[in-house]
Amino acid sequence: MSDQPLLRAGSISKFYGSQAGCLDVSFELWRGEVLAIVGESGSGKTTLLNCLSTNLAPTSGTVEYRMRDGHLRNLYDMGEAERRFLLRTDWGFVHQNPADGLRMGVSAGANVGERLMAVGERHYGNIRGQALDWLGRVEIAANRVDDGPRTFSGGMRQRLQIARNLVTSPRLVFMDEPTGGLDVSVQARLLDLVRGLVADLGLSVIVVTHDLAVARLLSHRMMVMKSGRVIETGLTDQVLDDPREPYTQLLVSSILQV
Amino acid sequence: MATIANPNTMLALEGVKKTFTMHLQGGLILPVFENVTFTVDAGECVVLSGPSGIGKSSILKMVYGNYRTEAGDIAVRHRQAEGDCTVVNVAWSNARSILDLRRKTIGYISQFLRVIPRVSAVDVVAEAATDQGMDHALAQSGARDLLARLNLPERLWNLPPATFSGGEQQRVNIARGFIADYPVLLLDEPTASLDAKNRAVVAELIAEKKAKSVAMLGIFHDQDMREKVADRYVDVSAFTLDRAA
Repeated sequence: MSDQPLLRAGSISKFYGSQAGCLDVSFELWRGEVLAIVGESGSGKTTLLNCLSTNLAPTSGTVEYRMRDGHLRNLYDMGEAERRFLLRTDWGFVHQNPADGLRMGVSAGANVGERLMAVGERHYGNIRGQALDWLGRVEIAANRVDDGPRTFSGGMRQRLQIARNLVTSPRLVFMDEPTGGLDVSVQARLLDLVRGLVADLGLSVIVVTHDLAVARLLSHRMMVMKSGRVIETGLTDQVLDDPREPYTQLLVSSILQV
Repeated sequence: MATIANPNTMLALEGVKKTFTMHLQGGLILPVFENVTFTVDAGECVVLSGPSGIGKSSILKMVYGNYRTEAGDIAVRHRQAEGDCTVVNVAWSNARSILDLRRKTIGYISQFLRVIPRVSAVDVVAEAATDQGMDHALAQSGARDLLARLNLPERLWNLPPATFSGGEQQRVNIARGFIADYPVLLLDEPTASLDAKNRAVVAELIAEKKAKSVAMLGIFHDQDMREKVADRYVDVSAFTLDRAA
């Protein structure tokens, strides 16, 4: 068990005018840990995710990240270029809508290869080889490498987005409702894939979801948000099986039983 | 910091209390028990007794960190690394320490398998061992041996258990619980819907764990199982809070 957190959020607040998006959120994330942020629409979970991933500057608070050299740096003290480099190499961001994370006009292979070129890979053969390897790992057939994402189904696009994010061996991946618009059977396949990759690669993941079943399957720990605040945290199975707060009890009791 | 006096004791509960507050029912408070105090030593199987609904299962869930503890201490001798033990108080530990405890020290076997889509029965079982660092090939052969002992038809081994019958899923779950090397095992009615032949196999597996000095705390519905495996009983009704309160 490493005793140094990978990411540390300190009292993050984000106001839209006088309206609070998220309020005073603090937590730490360790290597290999999957943290789920749950809550209903408007609870502030996506605002928080955007503040953490530097897509949206918080009104106040700090986000510190342990760089590969072991130093903890405040992300908002870094220059824009350095932050972008981090986002392209050491981090991944899986959007709910694959079209937001993919380049729709270029082939599947180029979508994966592009991230590699961003970290300095120039050899065409290596890039193609790694792209093919990653398409295989996300279960996309090799003969689709030259096809564009527009010819792919929703589930395939999402798997391609995951390959594009993981090809540079990031240490931290953000996921925003990764199974959002997918059919249940497609969802199950994607979840199983993500679960396997997270374990094999020892990834740290922060996943935003309104689906408690997704949180149960993927995450170790959970934060429940309501009206911008974190109202309950703990081990995922503890929060789901023995919820303490009235709102969490309501969420858990609202799950449809199949 | 919790301590355990007796060097042979693996698990010690002291003054443990649980109530449930049902906010959706106007904050109704359901008292369960208080002052639960007992210990489990290495190499013994302690069986919780008392009528159903008294909170036996809640005690196991609290020891596993699945339910929160309202008051008291749940001290576990945690095997951080080979030959390096510390005492951890589950009642007041953070999520990370509980996860570490579950990886290395405490196993939990219930009658219900939480099915993971697309993972085959043999992999579900082997995963419990590889998570603890066992070699992949060794874990696979161990998983096959256990599934065979538990009479799960070989044609099912490579299929995901989602479509299995209740009894078949349960045997996958039992194999998963017994393959790993945990110094403390919690058994939550593992034999609930098994036939006599498979119950006997589970009794054998428990005896083998005892021989390896594993400390076990269990709940068994059937009398014959209880008599076969129990070294001691702890009657949970002695700790029950008055429901009318």
